[in-house]
Amino acid sequence: MPAVLRSLPTPEAADLLELTRDLVDRELAPRVAAFEAAGEFPREVFRTLGKAGLLGLAYPEEQGGGGQPYEVYLQVLEELARGWSAVAVGVSVHTLSCFPVAQFGTPQQQERWLPDMLGGELLGAYCLSESHSGSDAAALSTRAVRDGDAYLVNGTKAWVTHGGHADFYNLMVRTGQAGPKGISCLLAAADTPGLQPLPPEKKMGMRSSPTASVLLEDARVPADRLLAAEGEGFTIAMSALDGGRLGIAACAVGVAQAALDVAVDYARERRQFGQVIADFQGLSFLLADMATQVEAARALYLSAARRRDAGQPYGPQASMAKLFCTDTAMRVTTDAVQVLGGYGYVEDFPAERFLREAKIMQIFEGTNQVQRLVIGRSLTRP
Amino acid sequence: MNIVVLVKQVPDTWAERKLDATDKTLDRASVDVVMNEIDEYAVEEALRIQADQGGEVTIVSMAPDRGVETIRKALSMGADKAVHLSDPALHGSDAVQTSYALAKVLGTLEYDLVIAGSEATDSRMAIMTPLLAERLGQPQLSGARKVTVDGGTVRIERQTDNGYDVVEASTPAIVSVVEKINEPRYPSFKGIMAAKKKPLTTLTLADAGIEADRVGLASAPSQVVEFSNKPPRQAGQIVKDEGDGGVKVAEYLASQKLV
Repeated sequence: MPAVLRSLPTPEAADLLELTRDLVDRELAPRVAAFEAAGEFPREVFRTLGKAGLLGLAYPEEQGGGGQPYEVYLQVLEELARGWSAVAVGVSVHTLSCFPVAQFGTPQQQERWLPDMLGGELLGAYCLSESHSGSDAAALSTRAVRDGDAYLVNGTKAWVTHGGHADFYNLMVRTGQAGPKGISCLLAAADTPGLQPLPPEKKMGMRSSPTASVLLEDARVPADRLLAAEGEGFTIAMSALDGGRLGIAACAVGVAQAALDVAVDYARERRQFGQVIADFQGLSFLLADMATQVEAARALYLSAARRRDAGQPYGPQASMAKLFCTDTAMRVTTDAVQVLGGYGYVEDFPAERFLREAKIMQIFEGTNQVQRLVIGRSLTRP
Repeated sequence: MNIVVLVKQVPDTWAERKLDATDKTLDRASVDVVMNEIDEYAVEEALRIQADQGGEVTIVSMAPDRGVETIRKALSMGADKAVHLSDPALHGSDAVQTSYALAKVLGTLEYDLVIAGSEATDSRMAIMTPLLAERLGQPQLSGARKVTVDGGTVRIERQTDNGYDVVEASTPAIVSVVEKINEPRYPSFKGIMAAKKKPLTTLTLADAGIEADRVGLASAPSQVVEFSNKPPRQAGQIVKDEGDGGVKVAEYLASQKLV
């Protein structure tokens, strides 16, 4: 696949993108189809990415991260998603899972856990949703009660990426009153007694990324695993999600780019009526629209990322990027199936898989309706 | 245990490789270049021996200026320093001349082992380590699928068609490795950053004491006299199955001596 022309802030960022493409070509692309078909989680691929330094890019070097701005980290995610979106989403979720301890942990907590988290030895999960509280996250009901030097946790978290495979779980739990102010964040180890991941969901796409509910039955989480103070969990959750939404926006552009790549290749080879179909204007206009949307989506997430890197407020912009990039991915992947015709609808070509992968992106990390809610509020209740 | 690894920059194995029409040497300008794949295994093996025994790993490469990219990759994998022999007068040197030039560079270094890939994907001659061993008067252990070092002795398992031979020599020695030997690591992002600060010495012919009339196209013992492009693929032969399709296919395969 031709390299995407990017403007990168430093020569080291260019080297990083080259390393990423090398990893995609040699480690991701040859495996994606088989792992997606089998619904198997590629734990080894994450170790390879961790050793290469790709699992902590957005965190400071002093903490063991790569010290890269979001502008660069997100373009790495996009390239990963272009090769294997379930892996890219996994990297985004892992990066999100490191955020609470990196941003709100005490120096002792950071020293204890961050090196292995950012180095990729430990894989993370983030547990906010429950079966009855999705978009209305502050209504969560999983309860944590202080018992001596630990919290006893009871409840069920839903839609947990890496559920059953993660080494640590950020648990958003209720320790106090109803509503957002009664929520706290616990960093639970996978081997916490009473923490039990349930069998993975059977999904429409992204099957190599395990998603499971996590059952908590008198799970005993040591009190020194509380991040920030009691009652600050919802603030942590929401600030983590702003960055996470940009991650998903970048993943969506990666999938859209992959679909465009496949559509262009096919249109230049497929012959009908004595010429390649790319030479029919009707089709080339379709490709032109797809390419324009991908480029616009990329520009939008980068614009939000640069606000974040500059220390400016970027919450509404992150929501706009998530909304626009994932809607774009849905349109572009649908059009790619159309370009391939019948071949787009069968599993021998990756176009139908891209379409299935794009769909979830309009839903997770805040549905696109919730994104509109955030954007609307920023306009009418500034 | 100080180890020198020889790396070669070659045209991307998957690209269409060409000769330059004017002087019939390899066209390096119009293609992407990469580190010769087997050389990554050589670098990896050196790093593994170093992790076990200590010492320094030095990369040596003879290449045009652009060869720096390949040297940096080897450094980003973890090698300590590099020597880059780069001089326009080397252009068009054949294998015999290259071995003379590399032997001169190796003569400026102190090492216990030289490790190289068994062959390069552009020339496919697999001749460099024997030529170097001859010039340097040092033992050669070729085609290693395993290397063990014990004091001043190096032992390899040499891959053969039916199994392997165990071959042993005293150091300093020259070892070539095959792809079976290990799984090369990827450079890490931190390794890439660190590689930019590692010592890289660039040598000209004069720096390495190489006599100019013993290298380069004009005095090359072997030269490409003529070349032509591969003929385009012929149209296939279509056999219509009239109940005897299997027989016809078998006859065709037999006529091509494929069965």
